[in-house]
Amino acid sequence: MNTLAARFNAIFGADMAGPLAALAIVLIVFGFASPHFLTGATFGSVAFQLPELGILTLAMLMPILTGGLNLAITFTANIAGLTLAWTLQANGGIDAGPAAFLLGSLLALVVGAASGLVMGLVIAFTRAHPILVSLSMMIFLRGLGEFLTRGGDISGFPTFIAPIGHGSVLGIPIPLLILIACVIASHVLLARSKLGFSTYMIGSNIESARYSGINTRKVLVLVYMLSGVMAAVAGIIMLARFNSVRVGHGESYLLITVLACFLGGINPFGGFGRVLPVFVALVVLQLLSSGLNLLGANQHLTTAVWGILLIVVMVLRWFSAKFITIGK
Amino acid sequence: MRKLFLSHTTECVLIAVIIAMSIFLAFVTDRFFTLGNAFDLLNISAVNIIFAVGLLVVLIAGGIDISFAVAASIVQYLTVLALERIGGGGWTSGFLIAAGIGIALGLINAFLIHRFRIISIVATIATFNVYFGLLMFFTKGVSLYNLPDWLTSRVVIYEREMADGSWAEITLPVVVMAVCTLATWLFITRTTTGRQLYAFGDNPDGARRFGINIGAMQFIAFGWLGLMAGIAGLMQAHYAQEVVPNALYGRELDVLAAVVLGGARLGGGKGSVLGCVLGVLLVSITQNGLNLMGVSPFAFKMIVGAIILVAITLSSARIGALAPVFGSSISGDGQPAASGEKR
Repeated sequence: MNTLAARFNAIFGADMAGPLAALAIVLIVFGFASPHFLTGATFGSVAFQLPELGILTLAMLMPILTGGLNLAITFTANIAGLTLAWTLQANGGIDAGPAAFLLGSLLALVVGAASGLVMGLVIAFTRAHPILVSLSMMIFLRGLGEFLTRGGDISGFPTFIAPIGHGSVLGIPIPLLILIACVIASHVLLARSKLGFSTYMIGSNIESARYSGINTRKVLVLVYMLSGVMAAVAGIIMLARFNSVRVGHGESYLLITVLACFLGGINPFGGFGRVLPVFVALVVLQLLSSGLNLLGANQHLTTAVWGILLIVVMVLRWFSAKFITIGK
Repeated sequence: MRKLFLSHTTECVLIAVIIAMSIFLAFVTDRFFTLGNAFDLLNISAVNIIFAVGLLVVLIAGGIDISFAVAASIVQYLTVLALERIGGGGWTSGFLIAAGIGIALGLINAFLIHRFRIISIVATIATFNVYFGLLMFFTKGVSLYNLPDWLTSRVVIYEREMADGSWAEITLPVVVMAVCTLATWLFITRTTTGRQLYAFGDNPDGARRFGINIGAMQFIAFGWLGLMAGIAGLMQAHYAQEVVPNALYGRELDVLAAVVLGGARLGGGKGSVLGCVLGVLLVSITQNGLNLMGVSPFAFKMIVGAIILVAITLSSARIGALAPVFGSSISGDGQPAASGEKR
């Protein structure tokens, strides 16, 4: 048994056990509960719904690893989406060409990076608490968006954008491909790059990271900028999926992204956690949502179940920690 | 005087900013500097201040709570349903039921946090989703308009006719707010438990070795916030004259920003009731002033967000930059402002 566990840990990492077990339980329970669950349709809908939430979760992940939080991600995504929408509108609306789309996407990414840059600078140089800085940035961006759009939505985009939200290549939805690309990029960045190493160091102990020669301010600014860029990617995908931009779109995802990070075994104080378990946790959440939907429950019950799941995971973690200390 | 300023820096700065803003608004608009507007401000801020003083206690104890506004929505709904069941009731039964449900919901958070050692932001994000999801599921998003008469009729405590014929009124929520504020102030500065909360928030491990009951601290802090959330929920129903399940959704982050603007520290051990009230008032005055100046309501949030961002940047930068100059009086000894005055 122990060798089996050791082999499992060697292949997947110890933090994969929880999310994979949850995945198995969800598949088995709903597989028995509903005959329609284990079908292509379920996985198809999951594949289309996962990306927005998934990319936003990646945007939340890096700040959490440094021991912070970025509460502004959803509204950063909205503002980035608005930037793209306006660029398209300024270049002919429905008749806008691919060049306008590329320019708009670039501007959207720049806007996302700018929002992250401001937060990163304030957090790194004044040592204000990230929750507060990103909270006030969130209130500011929401206000900015409502001010500029008067609470309305912007729609009417060229048709070639729709496939980014709805199309598929070789049967795999394009938004899912973008998500997978983002997951791989985040994984490589965190597990293989110097920036990723510094991120973990800062999350474990910012003082000792500073003394060991890491430029903590630069790393923090970069982390929040990357978080903003990732949120902007989510904003572009949301624009393509809904074919409209509205301030407040995806607002309810904010706390879910935090939930997904914690379900994926990220340490709330920072320093520990990997991208892949978070990805599995996201799949679990989305499968749970689809499964409950098949059983006739509504979105709000799903929200409640997600919350209960988080509590259960934390309680199980407490039990396992206790069990391990007694066993030693 | 110097000592008073140093031990209450945040409060003094907030008062200065509020006075400066008020003078500016008094010149720019003709309605700001009237009794009627001052009373309006109080009536509007009352519910948020009740929330804020409750949240302050949790922040002092080193925790954070995201779920209280949603808990208040549950309290509103259940209280109105319960009152219907007992055939109307009155203010006493209303307060008792609301307070009871509020405390119960707060204690659920405390139980999860203490028993299973879940950190408070994770636990309350979970309960936030559970509370809100279940509330919307069971109510199906349906609002209640059929409230008991005593709950919806305005209770005017003090009124005065102004020169232009309008009435300046102070209504029940303001009085309840005053009582809650005073009670919280007495509780955290004048009782042993209150001082233990500061000590616990500042250094949980040290407090435990000192013989402070950690579990009791969590239950008291979250119970107090639950109590305040319950009362605030009832007052919101009274003020709005209806119960809308998602009306308070999102309020928690606004209140949190205002409380921290008032000098409470995320991480515990610091914060005062005065600063907390001033923080909420500063946000309300900003919105009120913008409104009177004819600025579009769509711009309110943007300007308020920018002000909070600048304020947090400046206040953090100030402490970092000036602490060596002022010696240990601000950050060195880590003493909370409110308990510092007694030593």
